[in-house]
Amino acid sequence: MHAHNPYLPELATVQEVIGETHNICTLRVVLNDPEKMKNFQFTPGQVGQLSIFGVGESTFVINSPPTRMDYLQFSVMRVGEVTQRIHLLNAGDQIGVRAPLGNGFPFEEMKGKDILFVGGGIGMAPLRTLLLFMLDNRQDYGDITVIYGARSPHDLCYSYEFDQWRSGGANLVLTVDTEHPGWKERVGFVPTVLKEEAPSAHNRVAIVCGPPIMIKFVLFGLKELGFEDDQIISTLEKRMKCGVGICGRCNMGSTYVCLDGPVFTYSELRELVPEL
Amino acid sequence: MSGKVFIPQDKLASALERLNEKVPVWVPVSQGADRWGIDFKPFRAGMVSVMDRQSTALPKEVIFPQVQTLMTFEYVKAPEDPGRVQLKLEEPPEAASALVFGARPCDVRGFFTFDRVFTEGPFVDNQYKDRREKTLFAVLLCREADEACFCSSVGSGPADTAGGDLWITPVEGGYVVEGLSERGGSYVQLLGDPATEEQAAAASRSQEEVSRQKVGSLDPSGAVQGQKDRFEDKDFWRSMVNQCLGCGVCTYVCPTCYCFNITDEMRHSRGERMRSWDSCMFAVYTQEASGHNPRPTKLERYRNRVGHKFSYFPEKYDGMIACCGCGRCIRSCPVSIDIRKVVENLKERSHACA
Repeated sequence: MHAHNPYLPELATVQEVIGETHNICTLRVVLNDPEKMKNFQFTPGQVGQLSIFGVGESTFVINSPPTRMDYLQFSVMRVGEVTQRIHLLNAGDQIGVRAPLGNGFPFEEMKGKDILFVGGGIGMAPLRTLLLFMLDNRQDYGDITVIYGARSPHDLCYSYEFDQWRSGGANLVLTVDTEHPGWKERVGFVPTVLKEEAPSAHNRVAIVCGPPIMIKFVLFGLKELGFEDDQIISTLEKRMKCGVGICGRCNMGSTYVCLDGPVFTYSELRELVPEL
Repeated sequence: MSGKVFIPQDKLASALERLNEKVPVWVPVSQGADRWGIDFKPFRAGMVSVMDRQSTALPKEVIFPQVQTLMTFEYVKAPEDPGRVQLKLEEPPEAASALVFGARPCDVRGFFTFDRVFTEGPFVDNQYKDRREKTLFAVLLCREADEACFCSSVGSGPADTAGGDLWITPVEGGYVVEGLSERGGSYVQLLGDPATEEQAAAASRSQEEVSRQKVGSLDPSGAVQGQKDRFEDKDFWRSMVNQCLGCGVCTYVCPTCYCFNITDEMRHSRGERMRSWDSCMFAVYTQEASGHNPRPTKLERYRNRVGHKFSYFPEKYDGMIACCGCGRCIRSCPVSIDIRKVVENLKERSHACA
């Protein structure tokens, strides 16, 4: 039980802002209370509410892993009022953070298995936290294949880290929708590249996040490769306000995405009221 | 308990004045001379309480204000470095206690739905909890059930005292009041002279008589399955909700509707983050920044509202229906949508409806 005011954010300082693409930036944030920062615990996949006081709050996944606690990292696409304002932040600015919220990935159950990450665009953010967590505990997992695509090379997030992911033991397959001068990796939509790569479904978990249309065709692809519903995991997005299962808007039937999610297996998703 | 007292009709105002000196009292009052629109308001001398008709709006805002400050914030210059700006956050002060006089059983029942969501966790809403614990209810024995009422169908009834601290029974010439809880009991003597044997007997008779009444004939038992069976039946939902204007009054007057929005208001360098009542019947309620809306039309929105009350809530909270049968959504609906009809029809798979 959390007896304190569940809407009251922790104050935090923006340590660094990284421009990822023309409409995505990454914030590195440190809680102002050093004790709270030191004791901050979370599961990969859990989310946080970022506050710009005077504008509002929005929900983002904590995309740094719990194994690297120098800062909490969030990647934000500029879409609405709050994200617009977040994109104007500079190092040293004060914001509010309510975290961790939500359920996170079942990483314990993934131990000893091969892993397949399939990400598109900003959808790489929730995968990054789990990917880095796994690379930091490399011995616990088998093959780690990452298929990550975006429209163009300029739309890929975290491109400055790709070498680290590869040297850390990930089989990273990058793809963009169309040919670009200087692009030496794959060209083609993510579902197509998935088919070409054809990772074995045996003893493997697939974690998928990206735009709905990509997810739809990736699911077809995974089925063809023999993945069962409970081998596929995704994370959902909804408009949220309270983030703590009270205000009512992120429900799918009796399930609240903010509280019971955002991480669901595909077999769980099939049981939910279909209001995606 | 401290026995029963009698308040003559013409002494009700002075009794409430005495009570109001001990604890802030909310009473149902009429907004205008034609008595349309009865609302719960903080008691002031001279107010005439309307005790013989259900209120239009309910005493929801005593515990769950329509707009409530969650915190205040202020941007201030860092004292040691004027080049930097710091934030100051402050929580609002604790709420004062209150007593709602003349709430009907359905008005009190509504908060049972709130309690599950706001106080059972995993996150506890401390501001709600604070007000809830500090608010007392003087429940009125309800003798004015009308055709829209169906409290007996959802586990309550016109003589229900659950959640009450005082019990008000209208009798010839006035009201007999008795304590239900210890806190409520402590105010009884203040309200009037001890009831005579005849008055007490008349109150008991009335209570017995009303407790035998069955208000409403809805059977909500098949709604959970019905919601599943009929979820994709768009023709059914369309036929139920075709005339809906999306005005949201059903949620506004609903004792169990608790959805809220959180917004910031700021002037100069300080402001407030507040919550305000929201409605699942509004399109923007679920609309995401991208423009995508998981419940894009009134069909999906109404389906969710009915589902939440009669199916999703019972699923989550061991069978409890998130409806108190007050009938306000039916009475207030400008196009006469009747939630009872929808719930009944949910169960009749094979019939074409409406």
